[in-house]
Amino acid sequence: MEDVLRILESDSRTPPERIAQMTGRPLDEVRAILEKALKDGVILSYRAQVNWEKMGAAPVYAIIEVKLVPQREVGFDSIASRIARFPEVRTMHLVSGDYDLAVQVVGETIYEISNFVSNKLAVMEAVQGTSTHFILKRYKEDGTLIAGEDGAEGRLPLSM
Amino acid sequence: MTEPRGPRRSRVSQHAADLPPSGIRKFFDLIASTEGVISLGVGEPDFTTPWHIREAAIYSIERGHTHYTSNLGTPELRRELSAYLERLYGVSYDPNTELLITTGVSEGLDLAFRAIIDPGDEVVSPEPSYVAYSPVVHMAGGKFIPVPTTMEDEFRVRPAEIERKLTDRTKGLLINNPSNPTGSVLDITTAQGIADLAEKHDLIVLADEIYDRLVYEEEGHVFFAALTEMRERTITLGGFSKAYAMTGWRVGYVAAPEEIIAAMTKVHQYTMMSAPTISQEAAVEALRNGEPDVQTMLEAYGQRRRLLVEGLRGIGLPCIDPGGAFYAFPSIVPTGMTSEEFAEQLLVEEKVAVVPGNVFGESGEGFVRCCYAASIEDLEEALERMGRFVSRHRKGI
Repeated sequence: MEDVLRILESDSRTPPERIAQMTGRPLDEVRAILEKALKDGVILSYRAQVNWEKMGAAPVYAIIEVKLVPQREVGFDSIASRIARFPEVRTMHLVSGDYDLAVQVVGETIYEISNFVSNKLAVMEAVQGTSTHFILKRYKEDGTLIAGEDGAEGRLPLSM
Repeated sequence: MTEPRGPRRSRVSQHAADLPPSGIRKFFDLIASTEGVISLGVGEPDFTTPWHIREAAIYSIERGHTHYTSNLGTPELRRELSAYLERLYGVSYDPNTELLITTGVSEGLDLAFRAIIDPGDEVVSPEPSYVAYSPVVHMAGGKFIPVPTTMEDEFRVRPAEIERKLTDRTKGLLINNPSNPTGSVLDITTAQGIADLAEKHDLIVLADEIYDRLVYEEEGHVFFAALTEMRERTITLGGFSKAYAMTGWRVGYVAAPEEIIAAMTKVHQYTMMSAPTISQEAAVEALRNGEPDVQTMLEAYGQRRRLLVEGLRGIGLPCIDPGGAFYAFPSIVPTGMTSEEFAEQLLVEEKVAVVPGNVFGESGEGFVRCCYAASIEDLEEALERMGRFVSRHRKGI
């Protein structure tokens, strides 16, 4: 089913009929694969990557390094899942190195994010310290260049 | 004003004047003057060269690698290439004497014929065939002898048909595998038949394998020089353009026995000196780290191939399963049009560009070449438009 997943990973709008044509699989089989992948959490979600800057909005993004005190029996998982549930958190990973969690957050203003850090995150018992980096410019998001991908525009319309 | 004395001599040489004009010139002009054309008439990848390869070229410029290289190509690239061919096909070439880096297969072809052809020598080749074959043989002073193939045979040549065209002037067999324009691939039995002929009649085999990495059949690519006894009589022409989406870099290679490489290098050193240095360094990066890119592009081409071939059959144009390259070569006989009429009217009425099959030789008449190195969206839209066109023009129903 990897072939089907790779097609969707590059364009999640690809309809099952087209996937069937592209992979040579029967349509029913493609539908079954899609259903199962979603049910099993192999496909996490289908959605658009929106570039809000183009709409005139200016969301504020930040990366927060978080140091934690691991807890008996559950390690980092319990506190991490509490932090991850805040809607401000877009992406979060447990990482090796000087700190434990790399937390990417988004807000409408810089204050929204600083409020989140000072009132929600830093005050948690297991949080030992935070270091917040505001994002100045985004170049690439989840594999997509913000400035647009290099296309084949220069290609001659006919060549042998 | 002085009157010219005697009849004015032609400024253009006879052999240049004799070259056939490009069969697609008028289509260029038509496309240029039409908005919203979807072109399936291209002959190159739609992918841009993978970034790590472009980045390697930038680094090459930064370090000031702006000089000529050895005529044969950089030692580094020849070493990498030798290892690559050994790895893929189990055939080993000495990087110092049996490999030559060229400015694309186009130059390789030209060098090969100039190195092996004496005036009047003949080169036999299956047809439909790549447009440059006949002119390049002609420019080297040779005669191009086509062997027609048919859709019924999946455009695979019958060795017996080749044998019928052999004369005491036949010097070489030119085999394009996978084929541009048909997408046909050589099966092992046919390849062996051709090899037997080459052995029996002492012929040189020119194996244009520029599309070798774009093969969709499980049996994989038949590397001609890997067949028994064939390494010693095969000139393999290959390159980076199609596998790594590097058409604009103009870099390719020739793998052949020492004697032939030496002769080709003599011509190359006077006409080209060396392939572009920056492109050669990019090619090294491609060989070292480009395999995942090849696989990604191959998978994408394979998906588009299914879509286009099934789609063409669905609108009533019979089409073989093209085992390689990125072309489908459907029959347009159901419309009763000639290839040129079909291509021209399709462009005018539905704004889809394809290449008329007759530009690839007489046996290409009745077919058009459709390239599927295009986005899925464009392929679907092109099929939609072609479907309308074909149902409008289907004859006798």
